[in-house]
Amino acid sequence: MSTRHTIAILVNDQPGVLQRVSGLFGRRGFNIESITVGTSEEPGLSRMVIVTKGDDHTLEQIEKQLYKIIDVIKVVDIGSSPMVARELGLIKVGADPAARPEILGIVDTFRAAVVDISPNSLIVQVVGDTDKIDAMIELLKPYGIRELSRTGVTAMARGSAR
Amino acid sequence: MVANSATLKSKEQLIEKWGKQEVISGSEMLLRSLLLEGVDCVFGYPGGAVLYIYDAMYGFEDFNHLLTRHEQGAIHAADGYARSTGKVGVCIATSGPGATNLVTGIATAYMDSVPLVVITGNVATTLIGTDAFQEADIVGITMPITKHSYLVRKAEDLPRIIHEAFHIANSGRKGPVLIDIPKDVSNEKALFKPHTEVKLRGYNPTVQPNKQQVDKMLRAIEQAERPVLLIGGGAVYSGAHEEVLAFAEKTGIPVTTTLLGLGAFPSGHELHMGFPGMHGTWTANMAIQESDLLVNIGARFDDRVTGKLNGFAPNAKIVHVDIDPAEIGKNVPTDIPIVGDVKAVLQQAIAGAKYASKADAWRALIAERKAAKPFAYKDSDEELKPQWVVSMIHETTHGDAIVTTDVGQHQMWAAQYYPFNKPRSWVTSGGLGTMGFGFPSAIGAQMGNPDRTVVSINGDGGMQMCSQELAICAINNIPVKVAILNNQVLGMVRQWQELIYDNRYSHIDLAGSPDFVKLAEAYGVKAFRATNKDEARSAWEAALAHDGPAVVEFVVRKGENVYPMVTQGSTIDQMLMGDDE
Ligand SMILES: Cc1ncc(C[n+]2csc(CCOP(=O)(O)OP(=O)(O)O)c2C)c(N)n1
Repeated sequence: MSTRHTIAILVNDQPGVLQRVSGLFGRRGFNIESITVGTSEEPGLSRMVIVTKGDDHTLEQIEKQLYKIIDVIKVVDIGSSPMVARELGLIKVGADPAARPEILGIVDTFRAAVVDISPNSLIVQVVGDTDKIDAMIELLKPYGIRELSRTGVTAMARGSAR
Repeated sequence: MVANSATLKSKEQLIEKWGKQEVISGSEMLLRSLLLEGVDCVFGYPGGAVLYIYDAMYGFEDFNHLLTRHEQGAIHAADGYARSTGKVGVCIATSGPGATNLVTGIATAYMDSVPLVVITGNVATTLIGTDAFQEADIVGITMPITKHSYLVRKAEDLPRIIHEAFHIANSGRKGPVLIDIPKDVSNEKALFKPHTEVKLRGYNPTVQPNKQQVDKMLRAIEQAERPVLLIGGGAVYSGAHEEVLAFAEKTGIPVTTTLLGLGAFPSGHELHMGFPGMHGTWTANMAIQESDLLVNIGARFDDRVTGKLNGFAPNAKIVHVDIDPAEIGKNVPTDIPIVGDVKAVLQQAIAGAKYASKADAWRALIAERKAAKPFAYKDSDEELKPQWVVSMIHETTHGDAIVTTDVGQHQMWAAQYYPFNKPRSWVTSGGLGTMGFGFPSAIGAQMGNPDRTVVSINGDGGMQMCSQELAICAINNIPVKVAILNNQVLGMVRQWQELIYDNRYSHIDLAGSPDFVKLAEAYGVKAFRATNKDEARSAWEAALAHDGPAVVEFVVRKGENVYPMVTQGSTIDQMLMGDDE
């Protein structure tokens, strides 16, 4: 059964390491729904978070193949334990003065924020799990989305789970 | 053989001489580091980006470099050296076209887990990324076909990188490692400190297996009535041939060795069934299909072995021993996974192993089948049969040669009719199936084994992919004996066209091939042609007796096919047996 998995990968902060990891996914026919990279708690190491879809056999292969990359230090399937997963979306939405109150209402309900205002548009910043951002986008669609940018998921296991 | 191999020094002498901490150039660091790694022979081809490196070789009497005539020749030679010796093969090429000419050889080594350190030059760091003359992103190009790679940024990193590269290439699941050195780095001066320890966080291959898993395997063996041992290249690479023999004899389990595993178990042994798969023995294939326990030791369930996966070993419990955890369960679901080095696993297993006493009937059945259907062909006195030629080569070399092959029908006949009793005597491109590999790999094998007879068996097609390396055999008096089985066509393609494409022989005619005797002679290599059995035997014996390289062209029957054959999409018990069924 194909399900969504969130994998955190601790890697040496070396040039080309993102290419090694993403190349592996492409070459072996694994899917990437989103990929984020940033520094980790330890200097010299980065953490990538990849959201992928596949059955258990595929997930197992992904983990094992990732470990073959010399610069990969640790692979954790964080989706298998309680986790916090967050994504950030910036949505530039058409907003004539008449429509603004409605939009601000939606923004409020989602505990999102307006981070830029111009005469005919607003930029809304929303943080949350993927579903929340999807829902926000759905609700803003009727006003005309001019531009949309999402970061992809970054995630962490809760408490002392890992 | 090669002029300066007599001057080879011991490791201590080398450390004494070259291990000094001095300010030297990146190029000298490279050469010294290679010597300190115990490298006694490097294959390469110069060019602008590696000129500092080549300049540093000038007068460097301890450094033995062989100039091939094509970078592909260099890397296949390094590969043949590595497969036949168990040491790391090394080659050097310049940036851009030199580096890209290595790609086929790197992929060949990667697919067969061969330890290589591949050194390429690159444009200066200031020019990287500008599409400079002869620039190619070789690290990017080869990422999918290397175990690891480095782009060196500073000369002072070189000793560490080289030491790490050798360690990575020849440990765990072995493979090629690429080191790309920009031109300015090879010229930069820095303090040379030989590197002796490797600290790679995250790289820690599992060598010792989990004891419980090994015990599970032993219990499964005790219960099995129809067990089979499938031995792969991993057994050769871990140097486990003695353990394989001891384990097989102690348990009494019939053995099949894959193409890359040939030599890991003596082929004359009563438990040996030959190799499995597409052109393997009827006995081995039937045994796998009927087995109730299949113990895979260091093989990767390649599709040439398994045939149609759905229906492979349908009744067997599967044990899979592999140093690379990613191989376990990749193609075939595994009941008992064992991650570890083959030698370490077998050493642990042998102690507790018991004779598979429920398998008496099974052993008897297999012995009967082996006798009933060995490899067979219809011999002829009118035409030379390639199978006969291979048997004759076996006989005249007393089964003791290192045999390298190219890819095609001759490769399968060599595997079928040249039985191996020793490991590292069989050098063939199994995973990538690279034409052009056979002849240059023999040069490397001979460099690594100056005292052994090295025979290279080639088709007339593949021989034309790297024949330019005849020059380096002649010039260095490398005494490789080259057999060309000339059937005037791309034989293996012809066979598929005959059997699967309705005799539609599209573009397989090799008319226009050179006169191979004249070609060899043009390079200064002794050569013979044979068209019948008498000529064949005397030409071959003369080649063997000749103190130097020699080529024998055997003009063999054009339409001969390799049998048995499992066609694509069939399970391995569905074999075409050919005329001799
Ligand atoms: C580089 C490369 N190109 C193409 C092939 C496909 N191929 C496999 S076998 C073969 C025919 C080989 O012919 P020849 O060298 O004459 O050997 P024979 O089969 O006749 O023994 C070909 C073209 C290959 N394996 N490698």
